[in-house]
Formats: sequence, C-alpha cells, structure tokens
Amino acid sequence: MIATCNLQETQVHLYTPSRSLLLDYKRRIFRLVVSLLIVCSASARDARSVMADLILSEKAQQGDLIEELSTFGDTIITEIYEAWRTGEIYLLDQESSSQLLQFTTSQQWALIKNGEVINLTEAEVEKAKKMRPARALRKQMKRIIDTLGLKAADASLRIDSAIKLGRSQKLEFIPSLEARLLIEPAKEVQLALKEALAISQLANGNEAEVMDAVRSLADLKSVASRAFLQTVLAQEIENERGDEPLAEACQQALSKIETHIKQQEFFGSFFRGISTGSVLLIVSFGLAITFGLMGVINMAHGEFVAIGGYVTFLVQNLFIQVWGLSSSAFGWYFIVALPTSFIVAAAMGFLMEKSIIRFLYRRPLESLLCTWGISMIMQQSFRLIFGAANVQVNNPTWLMGNLSFGGFQMSYTRLLIILIALIVVALTWLLLRQTNLGLHIRAVMQNRDMASSLGVPVARVNTMTFALGCGLAALGGAVLSQIGNVGPSMGQAYIVDSFMVVVTGSVGNLLGAGLSAMGIGLVDQLLQPSLGPVLGKITVFIVIILFLQWRPGGLFPARSRSLED
Amino acid sequence: MALSTGMKKEMGTLCAVMGLLMLIPLLNAIGPISGPFSVSSFEVSLWGKYLTYAVLAMSLNLLWGYTGLLCLCQSLFFALGGYAMGMYLMLMIGERGAYKSVLPDFMVFLGYQKLPLHWEPFYNFWFTLGAILWVPGLIAFAFGFLAFRSRIKGVYFSILTQALTYAACLMFFRNDFTFGGNNGFTDFKDILGFNINSDGSIRGLFIASAFLVLITYLVTSGLLATKFGKVQQAIRDSENRVLYSGYSTTSFKLTIFVISAMIAGAAGALYVPQVGGINPSVMEAAKSLEVVVWVAVGGRGTKWGPVIGAVLVNFIKSYTTHAFPDYWLIIMGGMFVMVVLFMPYGIVGVYQQVKSYLARNRSFETTTV
Repeated sequence: MIATCNLQETQVHLYTPSRSLLLDYKRRIFRLVVSLLIVCSASARDARSVMADLILSEKAQQGDLIEELSTFGDTIITEIYEAWRTGEIYLLDQESSSQLLQFTTSQQWALIKNGEVINLTEAEVEKAKKMRPARALRKQMKRIIDTLGLKAADASLRIDSAIKLGRSQKLEFIPSLEARLLIEPAKEVQLALKEALAISQLANGNEAEVMDAVRSLADLKSVASRAFLQTVLAQEIENERGDEPLAEACQQALSKIETHIKQQEFFGSFFRGISTGSVLLIVSFGLAITFGLMGVINMAHGEFVAIGGYVTFLVQNLFIQVWGLSSSAFGWYFIVALPTSFIVAAAMGFLMEKSIIRFLYRRPLESLLCTWGISMIMQQSFRLIFGAANVQVNNPTWLMGNLSFGGFQMSYTRLLIILIALIVVALTWLLLRQTNLGLHIRAVMQNRDMASSLGVPVARVNTMTFALGCGLAALGGAVLSQIGNVGPSMGQAYIVDSFMVVVTGSVGNLLGAGLSAMGIGLVDQLLQPSLGPVLGKITVFIVIILFLQWRPGGLFPARSRSLED
Repeated sequence: MALSTGMKKEMGTLCAVMGLLMLIPLLNAIGPISGPFSVSSFEVSLWGKYLTYAVLAMSLNLLWGYTGLLCLCQSLFFALGGYAMGMYLMLMIGERGAYKSVLPDFMVFLGYQKLPLHWEPFYNFWFTLGAILWVPGLIAFAFGFLAFRSRIKGVYFSILTQALTYAACLMFFRNDFTFGGNNGFTDFKDILGFNINSDGSIRGLFIASAFLVLITYLVTSGLLATKFGKVQQAIRDSENRVLYSGYSTTSFKLTIFVISAMIAGAAGALYVPQVGGINPSVMEAAKSLEVVVWVAVGGRGTKWGPVIGAVLVNFIKSYTTHAFPDYWLIIMGGMFVMVVLFMPYGIVGVYQQVKSYLARNRSFETTTV
C-alpha cells in the first residue's frame, strides 16, 4: 500500500518539479502563518468534522480546508481518507439533514463526524450515494497524510515520522519539516527534524547546502545518515573529486559518527553489564550467605530463584483478577511481589533448614548432594504445578520505556534492578553489621563451635541465616522476572555464574561477592559483542581460573590461624 | 607369593561377580527365547550401559572416596572418551549416510567440503583407543595442574570443576565446533568391521564393559595396596599432615586425577556404541552430580559401593521414568535426600550401621541394667 503510494508521488514529482517547488515555497509561508495562528487560537474543530467538510466541499473551498487539515496530527485523518479513497464513504441525503457515513470493514455504518455506529434501514442504504475524492485532491491529501506524524501528540512518534521523511530524501517534505521545526516545542524532536532536513538536503540541495548538511549531520552525530553520507562520498569519488572539501567533510562526519556509535555500544554494554551484575549480586548474596554458613553450595539455590519468579507471577495474576490488567493498580503488583517473594522463600528456607539441613552441618560435602536432591524435587514440582513452559509475567507500564541520557538509552527496568541491588546491599550490610542477629550470624560463619561455646544460639542463627539466604535468592528471581523468562529451570542459568561470584569474591565475604558480581557481569557483557555469548562465558571462566592462580582465596580471603581454613 | 585370606576372599567375590555378569551374554546367545531366563539384546545393551556407568562411578570413587576430591567434571571426561569413540564410529559409516558422502552427515549439512584435520587420524582404531585415554587425561592434567598448584580444594575444587564442565558443554553445543552441535553423533553402522546392531557385537561390547569393570577394580585395589594408595588416603584424611610429612600432595592429586579421567574416558568410549549415539547433554553439569549420587548411594570409599550404586540407581531410574514419568524426578530426589540423611555410608555401609546400632543398644541395656 505505502509502496504504491510513494510510486505515484514520485511520478507526479517528476512531471512538474519547478512548479511544485514554487508553489511549495508560497504555500510554506502561508501555512506558517496559518499554523502559528492556529497554535495560538487552538482551533475548536476536530479532525473528523474538518474531514467531513472537506468531503462535502466544493473545489473552491478545498484549499482552505486542506490548510486547516494540515494542522492536525490525528491519525483519524488517514483512516477517513483511506475509506474515502477506497469508496467506503457514503452520503445519505435526508429531508431534514444530510449525513456522511462510513461503511466500515466490520459491515457497519458509522457517522463520520463522531464515529458513532448507527443502523440504517434498507431504503436508506439504497439511497446512500458513494463519495470519491477528486484526482487533484488526492495528491494534496497524500502530502498531508505523509506528514501527519510530524504533528502527532506523542513526541516519539514525531521523531519517528521526521526521520522517516528525512530518509525518503524527497524534496516535497522539506517545507513540511522546516515548518514544523519553527513551531516544535520539544528539543529532541527539533534535533530529529534538523537531522531529517540535513539528510534530505544531501540529495536535494545545491553544493553549499549539501556542505552545510554534512557539517550539521557531523554535529548531530546522526547514525541514521551514515548510508546517505556514504552515497555522497561515493559520488564525489566517482566524479574524481575525492580531494575536495565536500568529500573530506563527508569522511570527517562519517568517522565522527563511527566513534559515536562505538561509544554508544560501549556504554550500552557497560550499562547492561552493571544491571546483569546487579541481578547476579542479589542472587549470589544469598548464595554467599548460605555458603558461608554451611561451608557448601546450596544446590537448590536456583530453585529459590525460581520461587521468586513464580511468586511474582502469582501476585501479578492476583492483581489482574482483582483490578484488571488495564487498571492503574496493576502497575503496583511488582512492588508488592518483591517483599512477598522474599517472605515466601524465606519461609520455605526456614522449613527446609528445620527439616533437613540442620542434620548436615557436620557433613558439608554431603549436604551438597542432599540439596541437589531437593532441587530436583522442587524443579519437578514447579513443572507439575505451573507447567513445563515459561509463564508470562508482564512488565508494569511504569517500567516500560527508556531513560535517555545524552543519547544513551537506559531502560527503566534495568535502572530499577540496579536500584534494588543497591537497597539489598544496604539492608544486608545493616543487618549483618548493625544488629545483634548479624553479629551472631558472623560469629557462626567464622567458627561454629567457638560461637556456640560463647553462648550464641547456633541452631536459631542457622535457621535465620538459611532463611535469609533463600529469601535473597527469591528476591533475585522476582527481579529477574522483569528482564527474563520465568520457568521451572530459570535459576539454573544463573546458578553457575553465582557459584563463580562466590568463589571469586571469597566465601562469606559480602563486599567480595558484590565486587565480583559486578566484575563478572561487566566482563561478560563487554565481551559478548565481540566474542558472542558462548565464547564470552568461556573466556570469563578462564579468566576466573587464572585469577584464582594469583589469589587462591578469592578477592578478600578470610584471615584465620586455623590450619584447615 | 601366598595370598592372604582377605585377598582370597576378594578374588572369590570378583570371580563370582564376573561369572554372574557373563551369564547375561551367555543366556542371550544360547538361552530360551521367552520365559524368566530369556535375555533380549536390548537388555544386554541396557546392562552394558549400566556397567559403563559403574566404571564411571568407580573412577569418581577413586577421587572422592579415596582422595577426598569431590570432582564434578567426571561426566566431561566420560563424554570426551565417548566423543573420541564416536568420531571413529562416524568415520566408519563411510558413504552409507543420508547424504552418501565420505563426510559425516552433519558436516555435509553444515557445508563442509573436506574433513577437518583433527578428524583424519580417527580412521585408525588404535589411534582412537589412544585418544580415548589421552584426551581426557590431557584435559585433566592441564586443569588439575592449575587447580592443585594454587591449592584449590574442597568445595572450591567442586565448583571449578563444575564450571569447567559447564563451559565445555557450551562449546560442544556449538555447531561450528565440528562435533555435531546439539545433535552430536548417531546412526553408527560398524565397529571394527562388524555390524554394530548385531547380537554378536552387542554381546561383545557387554563383555568388554564387564572386563573394564574388572580392570578398573583391579587398578583401584592395586593402587590402594601400594604406598601411593596409602598417601592418597592420607590426603583425604588430612592433607596438611601429609604435606608437613614431606609429600608433594599436588603431584599425588594430579596423578590420581589424570588416572581417574582416563578411566572415565574409557567408560565413555564403551558407552557410546552401546547407546548408539552421543550428544553434549551427556556432559551437562547435572550428569556429574548424578555420578556423585551413585557413589553416595552405593557407599563412598568402598570397593563395590560405586558399582552397586550406579547399577541400582540407574535401574530404578529406568523403571521410574517408564512407570511414573511425571514423578520420577521427585522420587529420585527424595531418594537422595533419604540416603544422605539416613544412610551416610551408603548401601554397603547399611550392614555396619545396623550392627553398630544394635551394639549400642546392647551396651545401653547392659549399662542400665
């Protein structure tokens, strides 16, 4: 559809280039005045009624109506025009009044002026007269519809439209773009419009204009213009003018844009690395705590991560049932899910410690087998309860979208993850360093027997610590549900990485765990673009092994006089 | 040299076990077609698979049971041996593949024009036999050298070996690694010129597996009887004391690690023709843990424990996956938890456990009375 329209447009353009140019310039000034007036007076008429007037108008009035229409950014114009063009608009003359109707695709009659669906009698249907736009009008409508996006209420739509028009490099869009640039309030859209204009000028302007366009594209660091700049450069070289200023400017602009892309990619990977590291940090904090406590990896840790994901899923479903998907209350489910998943998993960890783990503190390596058995049971239970496929967790609307910071896009989800990780670090630090329970936990981690003989209630501390570790795992799972899949084996993907984090950061040392989580997350994401995910992971692994050659005890080895440590 | 009574008893057990094992192919060859004493070829290859698992468990027992190294990359060594054997078997297919090419099917599929250089020597069966041992051995040596030199031990060692397995598994899942990607190798035709699916080959492979069990048993017990074996067990019990007595524990651990890797490789090489294929899922990290569980169930640090554990757990696994497909993971998981909680010395240790329990009760009675 769009392709054919563009074809028509180009042909028209080829037949009457100079005339249309002249007309456009005249019209441009006129439209500028009109649009300024309209912006100031804020027209009360809406797009529908103007369209209705246009359909019914005589040739003489059409010019004004078109001008009026060009001030709207409403997509309903496209809809009605398409209906009109394809012969779905009918005029029903009645004694009292005449009505314009659209015979919609769902076989109903709708009023053009307000979109209301009405029922017609057989006689009325017979009487309705089909309306078609005049050929001259079609061309003008086409231009209005093409530049409609520039006036859209949503700034990002305006940006998209400007870039699209610019990339088409068509002369007739330049006036519309320039007109919009004069009245555009949003700064990002202004930049996009400038970029679009410059790209158009590359193909349409005279030598000086092209030169200016190249310079401004270099200043804008326009990624979209790369191919167009290359075309200009190739033309210059072909015409044996490779040494002239224009070609040089092109080359400079291209290298500037290249550097910009590289920078952006680097910061993108850096940002993803920090957020991946944050998830890893939450998950491995829990692991580091249980590891420090038991002296062995809790193989079911990944399943506690999955519990976090599933609890988030359940809380979400509850919110959907009570308030509905579209209500504003739904957005809050994630805030509720965070503490809920922590509490649920901590309770399960409590039960697991009380029933099984507490018998195994004297046999650390065997607790590894036991927790693995538990992990198998839990994984299969998830499959039986929730099904083997991943479940759907929707992002709340307030987490969608990106924060733009100097041209770099940072998604709100990932920013929130970093924030949560910071909060978790702060709370865990407070708990371990500033409370009595934290003191006991650290004592038991350092030396179980000594702590016990000094009156620390070891059994209770064990249970609390284990529950805390499991709760943190689930918190990681809840966070993960916003950027990844929630399924029975979701924890498995993170568990090996978390092991690595704990080993690199020294057992039971939270600062070490935090630093190594960030380090592993960053190295992983920075290597991925060049090496791919698999080789990236393997490289990280080799780096860790070599690192342990240098520091066998990890980043911050515990100092102890005990021989076996 | 006169045999002590203990050794005589051991030889007796060994002969009895081998005799029982030999009954399986014998019944398959000349036994009745139906009835309780009939053994189908499928069952022969199934039990052959269990025997290779038993060898794998014994190789881990050498490390975990006798040296105290909980190694989680045994499945990697097993798979490496299997892949070496698989390469030979793939080349033996010749031009009978789906694409009628000298190249293995997956290579044709991926657009290879000629055989990669490292595949060439695997046309030779004797080279393959060597590779089955030295490839896992070399990997174990390189990794072990780095790990033991920097005194990585205990849980650290376990985690790093698991990560090694994980990394290798990711590599083998890649198509451009020239080992068939996630489909691995399958559709074998011949082994040493015999049809791999014929009853005779299946029996032969079973007998080879049984002898591998025997050899591994002899190597293990032979090693334990030497001074090397004594140091090995001393390392398990207190590495620091051994170190202070002037022994280089690094080289002892490295040696045993390499031997164990070679045994696991040999087991893998016999596993592949009996199962009829190999793919990277064999070396998943979870498989290594399964091996640990076999040893734990059977009895860690005992000579027959790993064999009993491997055969029993896999027998139960085959049964439950068939009978309760939805619940088998739960049953298996529950079994591991129970074994760890209530049978710390495995099945082999149950007798001792019961005996000491009874003795304690008796002494309790005598003291109270």
